[in-house]
Amino acid sequence: MAAIELRGLTKVYPGGVKALDSLDLTVPDGEFFALLGPSGCGKTTLLRTIAGLETATGGAVVIGGRDVTGVQPGGRDIAMVFQDYALFPHMDVSDNIAYPLRIKKVPKAARHAKAAEVGARLGLEQLMDRRPGQLSGGQQQRVALARVMATQAQAFLFDEPLSNLDARLRLEARTFLKKLQRELGVTTVFVTHDQAEALAMADRMAVMEAGHIRQIGTPAEVFQRPANTFVAAFIGSTPMNLLDAVVRGDTLEVAGCKLPVPASAEGLLTEGEKLVYGVRPEYMTYSAQPVDGSLTGGVVILENLGASHLVTLDVAGVLVQAVVPEGHEPALGEQGYAVPRGDRALVYRDGELVTA
Amino acid sequence: MTRTWAGRIGFYTLIAVLLAFFTIPLLWLAAAPFTSDPTYEVRMPDFTFENFQTIIEHPYALGSLVNSLILAIGTALLVVVLSALAAYALSRVRIPGRDALLYALLLLSSIITGTAAMVPLFQLAIELGLIDSHTGLILILTGGLLPAAIFMIKDFMDATPKSYEESARVFGASPLQIVRHVVTPVVRPGLATIAVWTIANVWGNFLMPFLLLSDVEKQPAAVIMYTLYTEGGQANLRVLSTFGLLYSVPVVLMYLFVSKKYGFRFHGGIKR
Repeated sequence: MAAIELRGLTKVYPGGVKALDSLDLTVPDGEFFALLGPSGCGKTTLLRTIAGLETATGGAVVIGGRDVTGVQPGGRDIAMVFQDYALFPHMDVSDNIAYPLRIKKVPKAARHAKAAEVGARLGLEQLMDRRPGQLSGGQQQRVALARVMATQAQAFLFDEPLSNLDARLRLEARTFLKKLQRELGVTTVFVTHDQAEALAMADRMAVMEAGHIRQIGTPAEVFQRPANTFVAAFIGSTPMNLLDAVVRGDTLEVAGCKLPVPASAEGLLTEGEKLVYGVRPEYMTYSAQPVDGSLTGGVVILENLGASHLVTLDVAGVLVQAVVPEGHEPALGEQGYAVPRGDRALVYRDGELVTA
Repeated sequence: MTRTWAGRIGFYTLIAVLLAFFTIPLLWLAAAPFTSDPTYEVRMPDFTFENFQTIIEHPYALGSLVNSLILAIGTALLVVVLSALAAYALSRVRIPGRDALLYALLLLSSIITGTAAMVPLFQLAIELGLIDSHTGLILILTGGLLPAAIFMIKDFMDATPKSYEESARVFGASPLQIVRHVVTPVVRPGLATIAVWTIANVWGNFLMPFLLLSDVEKQPAAVIMYTLYTEGGQANLRVLSTFGLLYSVPVVLMYLFVSKKYGFRFHGGIKR
C-alpha cells in the first residue's frame, strides 16, 4: 500500500504537443482517486506516465516514497487494468490471472492456487478454464481485476474500467468496483470521461483540461463548488446554469432579474462589475407564484428525468433550467419563478470562482 | 428465361472445361504411378507397384526427398524466427521511412533468389566456401524469402493490440518474455502460414539447389526429378510419375495438417 505523488510532472510528445503541463498531485494511501476530463485532456497520458508506459519529460513520479520516474513499469510495483482489459486470448482464465506470478517465477502449483483463490473471491470459480473469448464483458472485467489483485501491487491503475460494458452492467460494475476497492484498501487511480462515474466512485477526483488539473476535491466539493466555469459546465448530469450578471448595489442583475449576492461572494464584489452567475438546476426552488429574488420567465421546455422534471424557463431571452420534483411540474407556457438557493449559488470572475 | 438458361449452361460449361484443365494432370499423377507402362494419357491403372520398387532402388531418389526435407524445414525455421523478430520490431518501433524500407525489401527479395542474381550469388557462395553445402543453400534461400515473410507477418503483428504487451510489461515481463508468452502465441496462425509458405517455396525451388549444389547426393527432389530420363534421353514416365507422386504427398499432407491444427483464425479477446 502506498501513496502516489506527482511533482511538476510534464509530458511533451515529439512534435511539441504538451500533454501534461507541470502537474502536482498527491493521492494518499488507500484512496480511490478519479482522473476526469473530456477526451484529449491528458488523463490517460497521466495514468500511463504513472504506470511508466510513457516516460515523463520533466518532474517526478513517487510511489510509496520511492522516486520511480526512471524505473521501468515492471519495477514500479503497480498493476494496471486496461480499457480493453488486455486479457491474453490464448490463455485460459486461470493462466491469465496467474500470469503476473509466472513473471515473478512463482512455482506453477502455487500460482494456480493463488489464481483459484482470487478467482473465487470475484465469483469466477466456474470459469477458470475458459478462454477470454468465451466470456462476457463483465466477466472479462472481473478476470482483469483478479489479475491485478494477484499481483499484490502497492497501487492499482484503471484506464476507463467501465467504458467497455453496456449501460446496465456499468452501474452494477460501478458498485462492485467501489466495494472491492474499499475491501482491498489499495491506492487506486482510475481514468474516466464520465463525470457521473467519477462522482459515484471516487473518494477524491481531479478534473483535467488540456494537460492541466482544473480542480481537485471530493465529489461533493467538485459538484457543489466547482472552482471554475470549465468544471462547473463539465460536472453534473444536467448542466449548471451559467448566466451573465452585473453587480448593482447589493444585488446582481441577471437577465433582467434582481438576485441577492450569493453567500460565498458577499463583500468581494465591486459595483458595476461583470460576472458569471452559476447555479445548478438541482439547487433552484421552482414556484408558480411570484417570489422575490427569482428568475422569472415562461416555461418553454419540460424534460422528464424520472422522479423529477427539468424545467427550462425563457428569462428575457436567456434559458434557465430548474429541477422540479414530480407532482409539481408546471404546464408549458406558464409563467414560472425559479429561486436559486443562496448558499449554493456561485459567482465566477474571469472564469474563476469568487470566494473568500 | 431461355436466355438465362443458355447463360447458365455456358457458364457451367466454361467452369467444367477450366476444371478439367486442372484436374486431368492430377488424375494422371494419381493413376500413372500404378500403371506398368504409362503414357501421356490418363488411363485406368493396372495397380502395379513395380514403379515404386524402381524408385526405392534408385540411388538418389529417396535421399533427395530427405534432402528436400532438410532444406525446407531448415529454411522454414530460420525464416519464421527471423521474420517474427524483425516484423515485431518493425511493427512496434517507429522509424522514419519504415514503410519505404519494407517495400524496398520486398522488391529486392524477388531479385535475390531470381535469375538475375544467379552469377553473383554463385560467386559469393564460392568465396564464402558455401558452395555444395546445405547450410549455404539454406542461408541463401532464407535471404530470398525473408523480406516477403516479414511483410506478411508484420500484418499479423500490427493487428495484435498493443495493450496485450503493455499489460505484460506492467507485470514486469522482459521484451523477450513478451515475445515468447504473448506475441508469438497470438500471431501463431501467421507463423504457421509463413512456415507452410516457406516449405512449399523451398520444396519447389529448382534453380538455387541446381546452381549451388554439385554433389548429386545433396540434391533435393526438385533437381533429381530433372534427371529421371531413360537411356535413350526420353523422359522416363514410369519413374517420373511415381517420383512426382512421392514428391507431392508431403506438401499436401502438410497443408491438411496445418489447416486442421491452426486453422487460420484469430481467437481475439475483445471485439474492437
